[in-house]
Amino acid sequence: MKLKTKAQAGSFESSDVLIMVEPVEKGTGRKIELSSIVMQQFGEDLLQQINRDLDAYGMSDVRIIVNDKGALPPTISARLETALKRAAEMQTGTLK
Amino acid sequence: MKNKLQINIPEELAGIGKLEPFQGAFAKLKKGWMEEKTVPPPNKAKLPHSNKVCASLKEAIVKTKPYNGMTISFHHHLRGGDNLLVESIKILAELGIKDITLASSSLTSAHDPILPYFKDGTITQVYSSGIRGELGKAIAEGILPKPCVIHSHGGRVRCVHTGRIKIDLAILAASASDIEGNATGSHGPSAFGSMGYAAIDSWYAKQVVVVTDNIVDYPCVPQSVTQNYIDFVVKVDSIGDPSKIAGGTTRITKAPMDLQIARLAAQVIEHSGELKDGFSFQVGAGGASLAVAKYIRKIMKQRTIKGSFILGGVTSYGVDMLNEGLFGSIFDVQSFDAAVSSSLMDNPYHIEIPAGVYANPFNCGCMTNKLDIVVLGALEIDTDFNVNVITGSEGYVRGASGGHSDTASGANLTVVVCPSFRGRIPIVKDKVHTVVTPGESIDVLVTERGICVNPERADLKANLEASGIQVKDIEDLAREVESITGKAKPIEITDRIVGVVEYRDGTIIDVIHQVKE
Amino acid sequence: MLYIPGNNPAMLQQGSVYGADGVLLDLEDAVALNQKDSARILVSHMLKYISYEGCEVTVRVNHIDTPFGLDDLKQIVPLQPDAIRLPKVETLEEISRIIQVIEEIEDEHQLPHDRMKVHVMIETALGVQNVYDIAKYSPRIDAISIGGQDLAADMQLVKANDGIGIDYARKQIVMAAKACKIDVFDTVYVDTENEEGLRDEAEYIKKLGFTGKAIINPRQIEIVNEVFTPTEVEIRKAVKIVKAFERNKAEGIGVFAVDGKMVDAPVVQRALRVLEMADIDAEAL
Repeated sequence: MKLKTKAQAGSFESSDVLIMVEPVEKGTGRKIELSSIVMQQFGEDLLQQINRDLDAYGMSDVRIIVNDKGALPPTISARLETALKRAAEMQTGTLK
Repeated sequence: MKNKLQINIPEELAGIGKLEPFQGAFAKLKKGWMEEKTVPPPNKAKLPHSNKVCASLKEAIVKTKPYNGMTISFHHHLRGGDNLLVESIKILAELGIKDITLASSSLTSAHDPILPYFKDGTITQVYSSGIRGELGKAIAEGILPKPCVIHSHGGRVRCVHTGRIKIDLAILAASASDIEGNATGSHGPSAFGSMGYAAIDSWYAKQVVVVTDNIVDYPCVPQSVTQNYIDFVVKVDSIGDPSKIAGGTTRITKAPMDLQIARLAAQVIEHSGELKDGFSFQVGAGGASLAVAKYIRKIMKQRTIKGSFILGGVTSYGVDMLNEGLFGSIFDVQSFDAAVSSSLMDNPYHIEIPAGVYANPFNCGCMTNKLDIVVLGALEIDTDFNVNVITGSEGYVRGASGGHSDTASGANLTVVVCPSFRGRIPIVKDKVHTVVTPGESIDVLVTERGICVNPERADLKANLEASGIQVKDIEDLAREVESITGKAKPIEITDRIVGVVEYRDGTIIDVIHQVKE
Repeated sequence: MLYIPGNNPAMLQQGSVYGADGVLLDLEDAVALNQKDSARILVSHMLKYISYEGCEVTVRVNHIDTPFGLDDLKQIVPLQPDAIRLPKVETLEEISRIIQVIEEIEDEHQLPHDRMKVHVMIETALGVQNVYDIAKYSPRIDAISIGGQDLAADMQLVKANDGIGIDYARKQIVMAAKACKIDVFDTVYVDTENEEGLRDEAEYIKKLGFTGKAIINPRQIEIVNEVFTPTEVEIRKAVKIVKAFERNKAEGIGVFAVDGKMVDAPVVQRALRVLEMADIDAEAL
């Protein structure tokens, strides 16, 4: 998956997460900025989950800003997937 | 030393003294008497035709001769609309008084403005049944030099009787008072209903000041506090914000989750065997707990069941049920709406009770001893059914012990209603952060994902299963919640103890640790 | 059947707790046009993670002729929810085309053609005219649903919510469903504050023969369940009839009387249906 543009998915609603992804220069690595209303209890979990998902996409260079309002794991994976696909302009069937 | 729940309690704590570990809900009650000595109420005197009325709150406070290290008390019947506490603390601070112990029956976010006085040594200790908002956060962060003491409503009365709380000055808001200090909350522009929490303060404080925005002709009727206990009376322009003191009527929640849980709880109650003629009932003031009353009301009408009394914490919903003849009387220690105040005034069977009659364990039988069914909330509950209603998911103090452990101990059927998780935070879990009510007092937990019965109540479980209600093992529920939310990391705390949680008998059931920055 | 907007995580994760018989995860009308991808992905993840136990799970995809419909099918069909709901179906040609696509996707994933059921939604006048042909097209179609709001718009009705304009459509759709011996669900009741109105409508459509109703707010579930769940009296009577039937069957008697009323095969069928609605196992009696 090659990211072409900045994109985001999700919302600020309770139990949701807003994820913004941005392509970066190759070799920059993963820059993940995480804020969460459950940072203490699940901050580590969130980071691990995002890294795992990025591994599955084979993505080693990306900037991600995560603003979490207590989303469950499937929501986090879903929003990340959506943001990445939007950034890779892979989504047919969305209206810009 | 470990208490009965295997929680470590220090033998002694600077700023409080010796601590006794919790040994069980009825360990002390069983004896039929209390070993701790009680303190005598003060002996005061006034010359005939003395004038008690002061021109201002400051004048009254000065006359009471405040001093460093004093204990000041308030009641919380003004709820979110109170500004009297903040005003009083400001005055004491201006007078340069330091090292004050604050013993309000509860603290809400309306009291946030006194936070600076926590920082500058004006207030050094807090006794309360609940602390919220900025104050609760600051206390958990360790802002006060002495640990706070969280007590139940009944426990507060016991504390004053035994001198654990020695009130030097009680400042009591009233919505109507005469010039001698006979006062009430049941009428007036800022009416708030019952003054149940104020009674003990008026009897035992060395100095008592009644503050009102409504002086009435002598004598003020009815009288929640009486002139023979009142030193000074002050008229102010406003004792608080009436819209936040008592809303019009309490609406039942429309939140689908709360209603679902309430519906399930009502089913549990219906088939528990406890819903029968003459039963007594208590619910909370909102959320799922109050919504249960809506369903019980319907069932009572369908099955023509007549209850005996409603206890609490009373909302207009309770008044409606009284007026419909579903119950014979209401015993009111705190009134939540304007509609309740007028019922209190007009209906002889709507009876105001002081906190000691409501819930003090050490007398010949408080009202909670007679309770049949109570529906309570929870911030957290663990697989031993221990309930936390005082600390939130970040370890901040943001709730209240209140009448939780009092009612749970006495009720024949104690029902806890709460969602199994909120957002991503588990509510049903292996261990709660702070225990307020021990699992032995909880009979059944009702969540949207399962109903769990305390293993000690095999009879209840049998009744529910016989009527087709599925009962889940609480361990299974906790596991289910964890599989949905993931495993939460425990809150990071230091070794420093910033608060103790008293059980209603004065023993310590848990401690509150300082949260790490 | 509780409708849950597909792009709303808070509602999706709590869908099964409200006691509805089924949940409908909606990728169509409840999702904004620029969030269709988001909803599709979110629902896919939720289907894999959340156990909607006790609930039948249906996913409403977008119509195949929209930019989103084909992607919806490609992503959702492999996850095999209990049923997939096809909105705005109008002709036999359409339904056969859509089912063909579904089966192609299933073949790609080595999935059988009869596990996931198909529900069709009739939401236009043309659809109403063609409903029987559509419904009988395939045995995997096991429910028809009426989309009252869209139908009223298609018919250009002035008053959309009094039920009069769509009354014939309701009846026609029920008839088609009964002819195919499948379920038939009524449309949403939009005034969520009006409990009496909901009850009246539920009672009416129950009399027409509908077997369920769309719910847009969990508060509506209790009322609809009450109307559709047989009363204790009805259940007791049904138990009596079924027991008597079994007894008489053993003795070779086909027609008999219960409480002075004649009981023949249709009466027994209705009694069995009552027990089914009450979740009582007739065999266990």
